[in-house]
Order: sequence, then C-alpha cells, then structure tokens
Amino acid sequence: MEKELRLMKGNEAFAEAVIRAGADGYFGYPITPQSEVMEYLMAEKPELKTGMVVLQAESETASINMLYGGAGCGKKVLTSSSSPGISLMQEGMSYLAGAELPCLIMNAARGGPGLGTIQPGQADYFQSVKGGGHGDYRIIVIAPASVQEMYDSAKTGFDLAFKYRTPVLVLTDGATGQMMEKVYIGKQHPRLTEEEIKEQYPWATTGKSGGRERNIITSLDLDAYKHEQHNHKLQKKYKIIEENEVVYEEINLEDADYAIVAYGTTSRICQKTMQIAREKGIKLGIFRLISLWPFPKKEIRELSKKVKGILCVEMSAGQMVEDVQLNSVDGTHIEHYGRMGGVVPSPVEIFEVFENNYIKG
Amino acid sequence: MTMDGTITKEAIFKPENIVYKKTSLMTDNILSYCPGCGHGTAHRLIMEVIDEMGLESETIGIAPVGCSVLAYEFMNVDMQQAAHGRAPALATAIKRLMPNKTVFAYQGDGDLAAIGTAETIHACNRGEHFTTFFINNGIYGMTGGQMAPTTLPGMKSSTSPYGRDLNSMGHPLKMTELVAQLPGTYYVTRQAVHTPAAVRKAKKAIRKAIEIQHMKVGLSFVEIVSNCNSGWKMAPVQSNHWMEENMFPFYPLGDIKVDGKLIEKK
Repeated sequence: MEKELRLMKGNEAFAEAVIRAGADGYFGYPITPQSEVMEYLMAEKPELKTGMVVLQAESETASINMLYGGAGCGKKVLTSSSSPGISLMQEGMSYLAGAELPCLIMNAARGGPGLGTIQPGQADYFQSVKGGGHGDYRIIVIAPASVQEMYDSAKTGFDLAFKYRTPVLVLTDGATGQMMEKVYIGKQHPRLTEEEIKEQYPWATTGKSGGRERNIITSLDLDAYKHEQHNHKLQKKYKIIEENEVVYEEINLEDADYAIVAYGTTSRICQKTMQIAREKGIKLGIFRLISLWPFPKKEIRELSKKVKGILCVEMSAGQMVEDVQLNSVDGTHIEHYGRMGGVVPSPVEIFEVFENNYIKG
Repeated sequence: MTMDGTITKEAIFKPENIVYKKTSLMTDNILSYCPGCGHGTAHRLIMEVIDEMGLESETIGIAPVGCSVLAYEFMNVDMQQAAHGRAPALATAIKRLMPNKTVFAYQGDGDLAAIGTAETIHACNRGEHFTTFFINNGIYGMTGGQMAPTTLPGMKSSTSPYGRDLNSMGHPLKMTELVAQLPGTYYVTRQAVHTPAAVRKAKKAIRKAIEIQHMKVGLSFVEIVSNCNSGWKMAPVQSNHWMEENMFPFYPLGDIKVDGKLIEKK
C-alpha cells in the first residue's frame, strides 16, 4: 500500500503534500492562520529527505521575490500566507505572471480589510481572481474545501503552474486551514535533477551551459509594441486556460429547482443547508466552484437557465456573486448572502435566507 | 612596422600585438549608459572576472531597477531582472536552490539602500553565499536625478533642488559600513572605477568577492562609488573630479571587512 491515512490540519496536509510533490523550496513569513505550514516544514526537515529548501524570510515581499528567483531557475517553489501577507505579495505575483514563472502560493484567508481578524474570510476573491497586482494578468486559483483537497491542491497546483508557466494560487481560509480531517497521503515524487530541469525547462536560468544563448528572466520591455505582443501572448495563454482548466462540482443539481453557488468552507456549510431544504421537500442543489479562475462561465449560464433561483453564499460582502451575475442569463433571480469580518454563517441561517428569498417571498 | 617607423593597421591586428580585447561575456549591444558613466566599466570588470575564472556556464546574475535595469542586455550570462530592491531575495533563493552556482546581485543606491534596505540587510545578516555589487552614485539616475539615500549633505538633485537638507531629508546612508557590522558578511569593500589604477583595484576586489562566494563563508559585498554626470549636471571629467573631492571623503575607498574581520582604522 502506497497510500497512508493520517489525521491532519489542512495547513499541515498542504505542507506534507508539497514535500511529497517534489517541491524544491518553500519561502515564507509567519502569519495566522497558516503558520503551521512553515512550522510543519521546519519540523519535518525535508532538506534531509528530499533536499527541499525551507527558509523563513524577512517579509512576504521578500518571500514572493524569492519565489521569482527560484522559479526563474525552473525550481518548484512555493509560499503560503494569509490575506494581509498576500496583499503584500501582489506586486510580486504581477512580476511572476509577467515573466511567466511557475510557482505555488497558498492563501489561508482571514477577515479583512486591513489587519482585520484571524478568523476565516472569503473577501480575497476579487484580489485573487481579478489580479490584485498591476497590469493585465490572471493567475489560476483553486479553492479546496477539505483537508484532502488541501493535500491534493499541492501537486495539482504545481502541475498547472509548470504546464502554463504561471503562478497558481490555492485560496482557502482559516477554517479549512485549521480544521483536522483524515487525509490520504500519496507517494513521494522525486525532485527534478538539474539535468531534468535543463531538459524540461530550457527557458530557466540554470547557467549558460551546453552552448546555448543566455536565458533572461524579465517582465520588462521598453518597446511598447513588443510589449503589447507579449501581452497578446499572455492573453492567448489565459484563453487556453479558460477553455481547459475549469473545475467544479455539482451536488444534487439533477432535479434542483434552486441552486446555491459557493466555494471552499462555505460550500461545505451549504451542504447541510441543502439537507435541511431537501428534508422539507425543497429541491435545492449546490454548484461548487473549485477553480475560481478560470470561472465556469458556460456552466453557470446553463445553471441559470435551469433553476428558478441562485443563492450565492460567501464570507464576504459579495464578490463571487458578481461573476455569477455576469454569466447568468438575464432575469435570473440571484441573491447573495454573506457574513464578514471572520464570521462563519451557520447552515440554519443560510436556509432561512434562502427560504425568505425564494420560498416565502 | 613601416620604413618611417609607424605601425600598420595589419600589424596592430596581429594577436601578439593585442593589448586589450572585450570579453565575450559582454554582448555587442550598445550600452544604454550615458557617456562617462561608471556602470559600463563595472559591468565589464564583473564579466571579465567571470570569464577569467571560467564561470560563464555556472553564473546567474540579477539586474535591479534603476539605470542598470537592462544589465541583462549587456552581461552575456544567464540573468534575472528583479523588482525594485528585491535582488537579494532572488539571489538568496537562487543560491540556496543551486548552491554550486555563482550568483551575483547588481544594484544601485536607490535599489539597494532605499526600497531594498530590508532585503539587503537580511541577506547580509543571514550570511547568504552570493555577491552583491553596489553602484553608488548618490542619485537616482534613470528616473531623472532625484535624491537617493546616498545623496551627500547639501547636494542638489531634482527632489532636493536647494541641496539635501539633513534636518528634513535625513542623512546619507553608509550602507556598506552598515552591512560590514553584520556577522553574515565576510568581505566588504568600497572601490571606484574612474581611473586605470582604480579599475585594477576594483577588479581585484571583484575577483576576491567571487572567490569568497565559492568558499561559502558569508556574503561578499563590493561597493563601487561612481559618477552620474547627467544627474549631477556635469561633464564626465568634471564629475570624476567632483566625485574625488566630495564623494570619496564621505565614502572612503578601501576594504572595510576582510576575512570576516573589520579593518581597524588608523
């Protein structure tokens, strides 16, 4: 048996998963509620097992730029943080996207704005999917909803990052990061050797050997027309990602009259809401987003044609709901329910909101 | 040689008569620097050392934001271009992930001593095994001559048009002396490239810095005090004189820390 079962926190599962995915380096800065990631890595000493580097940086700004340096060498590098720290990394993400560098970033989001709170939040949706940094760019955003998915997101994230030469963000929150669940641990994937990196990523700055021209990692081009061409190239890539990497889960939507659209922790809570509704004979289903970007545009459009109403539930003042509105057919009855500042909604209160809007109204 | 004693062009081109040849590690791209600027010389010296030490295929350099943002256009080795001030963060990761490569960060004064102060100090303090080349010309050249952290007291710039007023604008930062105090730096020196003698000394220092990097004993840090004739609004020769008279007394040339030990001032 290659797989083993463990009881772990979401953050710890993610940390174990990056070692197993063959990561080369972790660079991070402590922030609640995700410090377990670096604590776990430091305790595990992966440098002795796989040779993976773990470094506590002086700031989130330094961390994300360490990712730039490492990714530029074709290394599998990652960081993790929480909302305020992720804000600090936005400039770096823009550079990484501009220079087309693959890397993995995990955000165990908390309530904001500002220093906010340390309790879970989903108010980083805009920042994550619309590009929190400057310029026209996108990053792939995956939203796990369980400790197992936190684990799985590491390898999936690295694979997507290198497939498209782009940063990948795992957007979770304090709840999924902190909660303990059983998780199946996969096999150890070996780290790539220098020769393998040179062969697989000929663009990487590994030293100008083998008679090749020098490699340059940059996001700069002072020639506006050339830089526009680079932008076109990026946009073309983003279109391919939109066509191929949409991931979602449909729960009891076959016979549904109504749907809840949610992601991450909230989508788990909404499953209980769905159960309450179904017990009362109301056919409620859930459309759960897994890839937040690319957004399931076509699928949401089809859903909006099929159901009588869509309730968007998120721990924010209403961010994801804008994308649902944008992609639904005109006249769709869309409502939003959100809690903010670190407050997690209960299944019963979500059901009451649903009932008041769609059943009693 | 011809009958009248002059040397023919053909003779000059003979290999045995060549006294200087541009290293192949400098590209043929036309330098974007102003005539008289020290950047071109500093680039060349670093590339010559990399070439002479046979490190072409093992070197990764980092270009900053500032006048030398396009250093990768001129340095013919693998290069990364960093966000403003973050070159030490890139260098840290590259060197830790590939400990046997030669890694250098090339930074100006605004990049290294203002926006990147934290990254500079922490990389030095961690004793990272890379080399920093710090070009200090006391001004932001690329953006048009604004005050830098290293602008001298009373020195005029576009954002200190009446001279740097220490009360309101703070003091020039002696970053090199500062990092020399940290246990993580092993070799810290300040050089110049404005005369042939200074160039020879600077090249020795650059070579030593790279050699120390290979010893993996700590960070090696080479400041090069340079001119900015455009930013200083001077002719190149005049700016070199001004540098000698004003910059060198404040930023004295010479080794500050050797073999991990501070040099005692006589």
